[in-house]
Formats: sequence, structure tokens, C-alpha cells
Amino acid sequence: METAIRIKDLNVFAGKTQILHDINVEIPKNKITVILGPSGCGKTTLLKCMNRLTDLYPELKVSGEILINDKNIFDPGADISKLRQSMGLLSQRPYPLPMTIYNNIAYALKLRGVRGRRKQSILVMDYLKQANLYEEVRKRLREPASRLSIGQQQRLCLARGLAVNPDIILADEPTSALDPISSRFIDEKFQEIKPHFTIVVVTHVLRQARRIADNVIFMYMGEVVEQGSASEFFENPKEEKTKSYLEGMFN
Amino acid sequence: MKRTLKAEETFFRILMNLTTGFIFIILGIIIYSVFEKGMKAMSWEMLTSVPSGGYYYGKGGGILNAIVGSLVLAFGATILAFLIGLPVALYMNVFLVRRKKLVNLIRFILDLIWGVPSIVYGAFGFTLMVFIGLQTSLLAGIITVTLFILPIMIRSMDEILRTVPMGLSEATYSLGSNKSELAFKIFTRQSVSGIITAVLLSFGRAIGDAASVLFTAGYTDNLPNSLMEPVATLPLSIFFQLASPVPEVQARAYASALVLTIIILIVSLFSRGLGKRYHKTKINF
Repeated sequence: METAIRIKDLNVFAGKTQILHDINVEIPKNKITVILGPSGCGKTTLLKCMNRLTDLYPELKVSGEILINDKNIFDPGADISKLRQSMGLLSQRPYPLPMTIYNNIAYALKLRGVRGRRKQSILVMDYLKQANLYEEVRKRLREPASRLSIGQQQRLCLARGLAVNPDIILADEPTSALDPISSRFIDEKFQEIKPHFTIVVVTHVLRQARRIADNVIFMYMGEVVEQGSASEFFENPKEEKTKSYLEGMFN
Repeated sequence: MKRTLKAEETFFRILMNLTTGFIFIILGIIIYSVFEKGMKAMSWEMLTSVPSGGYYYGKGGGILNAIVGSLVLAFGATILAFLIGLPVALYMNVFLVRRKKLVNLIRFILDLIWGVPSIVYGAFGFTLMVFIGLQTSLLAGIITVTLFILPIMIRSMDEILRTVPMGLSEATYSLGSNKSELAFKIFTRQSVSGIITAVLLSFGRAIGDAASVLFTAGYTDNLPNSLMEPVATLPLSIFFQLASPVPEVQARAYASALVLTIIILIVSLFSRGLGKRYHKTKINF
């Protein structure tokens, strides 16, 4: 099994509090890896380390290595824009850009280097169709994206994330704010596209993890308790903490 | 216990109503007296002609020089302050996002200079003019008023830009945008109505101030025709007319005040309307 992201001795401090302790994980390529754990265990921080969004928060001090294609993303010479472009991000709440529905995706395409209006317009339609949004917004492509419903906005963000042509998709509880239909669509979409993408999903919903995970990283209090294939994890957990979590002892 | 709480609530409600009412009454009296006295002297001639010889002794003419002068000066200063202020506000909120202490220091300094009386700006502007060898002129007025409204402009834009959610920055960065793209394409669009409100607020301050233009823009009976010539302004025209011993001229001061009040009223209503629109089009969470 090929590894897409290799994290070595990652420690993150917020001021004097340590949020992540010696994280060592491997995330397999073209699979869905679920980072599971109770609220406040550092799942989101771990996810944000991967595309260096942690840079935006002055209080966070990060040490260790994250290797993608054998290159450490924390190297001083690393091209952060390119790194982030290789990962689509789906956050907890959708954040459409303050522009039209069409331009939300066209903006991503421009950043990717797609030139020419015709080419852009074909691709915009294509990504909207991929996100199962095209039929709903076909007649209102020039309206501000903020007028869409939350579920539609999240699908627009998915389309936008795919439009930068990433290798990896990072999703931070992408369905927690959504209605059941949009949620199911996102879960199913991940299953559908995983042969082409490495997908990392943060969640604290056990049912969702069972439904979509190929690989699980279980975190508790800033540490990785257990990691491995989903079948192994759910049917034959090794650690006591995992067992009690799966039995619903804490959360 | 319950009774004292209720009494307390009643007491403060009455107090609030009284103070609010008091402010409204004062404001009403000011506006009423300006309208009442101003309308008497108001005429088409007032609005459409410049002072003729002997205007200040009660003869014919109007304040077109001051109306046009004030608008030109305030427009110039607002545009200049916008061109300087927007990049500063964006820089504080996008580029310095990791340096919170520095940004807070800048905010503190801006708040301090916001509170400096405008006559100090006038004096500073005058010193600056002497230093660079500039006469009292439209240009000198524009420069001084720009300095005067700059902290207002920057801080009100800054307050709007601060409300841009972190998640939007994260989403934009994760598409591979750099900081300038985030600043000029995303932050400005997200805050466009708020930025316009900040601009109109600054314009209102620019057009209503007398002290900063007293030494720097000077005064003239002519319409502005060059950046290097003195220019008349409405606040100063009110000042000069009110200082006249002739009752007709004093009445015209109120008419000038009425014109200024109406201009500021229009600007305020405009910015209110845009502020409302801004709330409507905000991302719905």
C-alpha cells in the first residue's frame, strides 16, 4: 500500500499548552482515512498542519515533519501555494467566496492556470455536475454564491476544491452542518472519487466513520491512540481506549 | 428581591427614555432652527451665484463658491484618503494577521490621532505648507483634510475587514491564493458595502470641518479653478457670514448651514442604506 502523507514526530503547541503529542501516522494513497476522536482531541489541528493553515495562527508552534511525495512541507523552501493547491479543503461550514456561483469555480480554475473563457466555462459546468449541483443552479450561475442553501454551498465548495485539481482532499467534519441528503451525497461522493484522490476526513461521528473509512486514525487528548485499517479497527481494536470509545463510553 | 429588581428595571428604563428623548429634542431644536432661519434667507440666487461685490454687506450674490469648493475639496480628500487608507486597512488585516500585538498598537495609535482636534491638523498642515513652500490653496486643503480623515477612514474600514471570518481566509488560501489576492479579491469584495460606508462617513467629516481648512485652503469668492488657488468652503462661509454685523448676512449663514446639513444628511442616509444592504447580502450561516 502506497503512502500519500507521512507524518513524523509532529508536535504542536498553542502557547504553553501542547495540542498534539508526537504524532506519527501514515496516510495511504487513494483511500479514505478517517481521523476519529472526541471533540477537542486535536483532529482539526492535525488536518490543518497538513496544508499549513496553521501558519495563519501566530499562537501555534509546529515541529516535526510531514512528508508528501518525500518532501517535507515545513522545509523553508517549500512552495506553500502549490502545496495547498494539491489539497482540496472542505471545512465544517461552507465558505463560498464573495462572488457569483460561476466565479467561485472559475476563480479556482484561474489559480490552477486554466486560461481561456470557453475552456473555463466547460470546466465550471463539469465541476458543478460532479458536485451534483449543476441542475439546481443552472439558471442562477450569475447570482452571488451566498444565496445558496448551506447544503448547496458545501457542494459548491466541494466543486471548487476539486477544480484546483488536487491529489488530496482534506475534509473537516464536512457534513456536520448539513441536511441528511447533502450529507449522504458528500459521503457517497467520497466513495466514488477515492480511486483518484487521497481523502482525509475528520469526524467525531462513529457511524460516519464506519460507513466511509478504509483506514482509521483514532485520537484522544492530542495523541494518536490507534491507527490501522477500518475492518481491523472496528472489529478488533487493540487499545483499551479504542474499545471504550467504540462502546460509546466517552464522547 | 424580585420587587427591587423590578424597581431597578423601571428606574433605568425611565432614565434611558429620558436621556434618549433629551438627545432627540436637542437635535430637533438644532435642525429646526437651521431650517427655520435658513429657509428665510434661502433663494435660488444663494445656490446658483457667487458673492457679488458687497455681498457681505447684504447685497446680491450667493454661496455657490463655497458649495462647489466644499464638494471639490471633500471629494479630493476622500479619494486620496481612500487610496491610502484601503491598502493600509488590508495590510493590517491580511498581511499582519500573525502580528496581533503590532496591529493592536497601530489601532491604538490611529484611535489616538482620530481624537486630535482638527485645528491641530490645520496648524500642522500650515507648517507643512510653509516647509514645502505651498500657498493657501485647494491642494493644501486637500492634503490637510486627507490627513484629518485618514484615521477615520482606516479604522472604519479596519473594523469591517476584521469581521471577515477566518474560515474564508482558510478557504481562499487552500485554493492556492497568495496574500495580495486574498486582500484585493476576497476581502474587498466581502466587505464592499462596509467600505463604501467608511468612505461616506469620511466624506461627511471632510465636508463639515472648518478648522482644518482655515489656514490651508483659505477663502475666495471665486469658483475653484486651480489646485494652486485658494478655495471657499461651506463651514468657513458660515463662519464669515455669522461674524458679520449685518442681519441679512447672518441669516444667509443659516441658509449656508442648511445646505451643509442637507449634504451631510444625504450622505448619511446613503451610507445607512448601503449598511442595510450589506447585512442582507452577508453570507448566511
